[in-house]
Amino acid sequence: MTETAKTSLRSGEPLKVTRSRRNVFLSGIGALAVIVVLFLLPYYVGPGTTGIMVQGLIVLTLASMWNLLAGYAGLVSVGQQAFLGLGAYFVLIPAMHGVTPWAGLFIAAIGAAVCAVPLWWLVARLRLGYFAIATWVLASVIMLVIEQISSVGGGTGMPLPGLSGGDAAVLTAHTYWAALTVAVLAIGGVYLLLRSKIGLVLTAIRDDERAARSSGVRVGLARMGVFVAAAAGCGAAGGVLAIEQLQVVPGTSGGVFSVQWTAEMAFAVIIGGIGTIEGPILGTIVYLVLQQTLQSYNAWYLIILGIVAIAVAIFARRGLWGTLDERLNIRLFPVGYYLWAPGESRRRKRQPARAGS
Amino acid sequence: MAWVNAIIQGLLTGGLYALFACGLSLMFGVMKVVNLAHGDLATVAGYIAVGIIAVSHVPVLWSIPIVVVLMAVLGYILQRSIIQAAITRGELTTLIVTFGLSIIIENGLQQFFTANSRGLGVGDSFITASFSIGSQISIAYLNLGIFVLAVVVLLGLQQYLSRSKYGRLIRAVADDREAAQLSGADYRHVFGIAAAIAFGTVAIAGICEGMITTISPTIGTDTILLFAFASVVIGGLGSLWGTLLGGVVLGVAQAVGAQINGSWETLAGYAVFLLVLVVRPQGLTSRGVQS
Repeated sequence: MTETAKTSLRSGEPLKVTRSRRNVFLSGIGALAVIVVLFLLPYYVGPGTTGIMVQGLIVLTLASMWNLLAGYAGLVSVGQQAFLGLGAYFVLIPAMHGVTPWAGLFIAAIGAAVCAVPLWWLVARLRLGYFAIATWVLASVIMLVIEQISSVGGGTGMPLPGLSGGDAAVLTAHTYWAALTVAVLAIGGVYLLLRSKIGLVLTAIRDDERAARSSGVRVGLARMGVFVAAAAGCGAAGGVLAIEQLQVVPGTSGGVFSVQWTAEMAFAVIIGGIGTIEGPILGTIVYLVLQQTLQSYNAWYLIILGIVAIAVAIFARRGLWGTLDERLNIRLFPVGYYLWAPGESRRRKRQPARAGS
Repeated sequence: MAWVNAIIQGLLTGGLYALFACGLSLMFGVMKVVNLAHGDLATVAGYIAVGIIAVSHVPVLWSIPIVVVLMAVLGYILQRSIIQAAITRGELTTLIVTFGLSIIIENGLQQFFTANSRGLGVGDSFITASFSIGSQISIAYLNLGIFVLAVVVLLGLQQYLSRSKYGRLIRAVADDREAAQLSGADYRHVFGIAAAIAFGTVAIAGICEGMITTISPTIGTDTILLFAFASVVIGGLGSLWGTLLGGVVLGVAQAVGAQINGSWETLAGYAVFLLVLVVRPQGLTSRGVQS
């Protein structure tokens, strides 16, 4: 974990730089334990609870992707439902030709990523607000085009073939494992991406785009990479959604192209804490609790989620996790670096230590 | 002749789209705020008009000034409270706040007014009344009236911004907030005034949409916001006449698309939008660089 810094102190003593001030070994074990517990969940709870967890895992995947976009690359997309929908259709279309939907999940991720490249080219030069609405328009265009194609159900949608005939509870469990795998890969992928060189590039862009650009950082390429990666994640989530619902319905209200999906992922990220990997996880839990508590009141959970997100965006910009982190200085997924003061050791009692991110 | 008719109808619809767009354009021009709740606020205005007409039985046209004033007040209050709070915290927060408002309004309207669409009864005689040029071109008075209204609103806004005291103040703050502040202008108040004007035009847009077709909770984004944005991009930033041109191009593209195939209406409009985005990203009229 310890990285050797190129520079050293004037005294000749080497500088110590690590990913985290604390030992990440323990949090790694903890994450593994959580995954194992989640993996075993369908054996202990009923299919109802498993079904709810599938929903939560879909939103978790989406939220992690939106966090990568908005929190790390400054790309506020309001059109991520485009990739969710494309993913659903990339599971549906092979399934209509006899490919099992489980294999379709890979096609969904890759297909959505491939589609993201030309779409990126269309919106690449737009910034912030204009980028946001332009992605929204693109999602609308993709939906309108798909609704023209009658062989995939046109405007009414299609049931997903290839999964009928089995035990419903077994299918729910399989769906759950697929959703869990997608979510774990998504979060793990974001973590590794941010620890890679791209993460460093993104941090440079976030801190000062002009300076990064003039230092030779290929800003556009890094942003495109994030856009494509997020499309892959959202595509896979859309594939899971198709399997969960056993059908693919287009349309803006209630369908796979509903902006409600982007609202849920964005609100979860904002509430949980934008720009941290832990934030979307916490935000998704808040989302799931609200959604389950208020599920008999139609869309009220979304309204309340929106109000909370606005309040958090204005009054506690770092979200739940950011606020916790400020107080306790915990990082489960350290993607930054920590520069150790000379002579400082892990054992020393807590100082007002500042972790650089 | 059917094609000429389609183009004329599209041109008239374009006036409505320009009306959708001018509030969005104004708020971006002055405050650099891209108001994602723009379309939903227009829908709210439409529903307020429905409510006022149902309660007081005033004619639709009389409801316009009432709703415009109400929305202008709402605009000032919203701007001075949460939008201003968001602006000071950065562009990401502004987007989150306006996106949040959009989702809250859309779902709120769905809860209170159901997903059914409602019309603003202008009186059937006025909706269907039209005059004909030749045998195939017939122009409805309502559509023509809305086009004229759009031109009047844009012209009035242009004159207001270039001639009046507050207009100059708004342009000064839009150009350089700090310098205007140093010269004694309270930029927050000026932002509030600009938002009030923008919301006023939004109110007219929402009511016109309700008169020409119907309003439902989802049209705010599906139709108004996205068409407004497409008009702004096609026409080019920063020019109200560009916005009118953009609206007209979008309207004509949709009408021609619908003429080719009934279900291509919206797609044809977006096709032109994407074409402009690729070929001429600064818009048809603007010479500047896209921000």
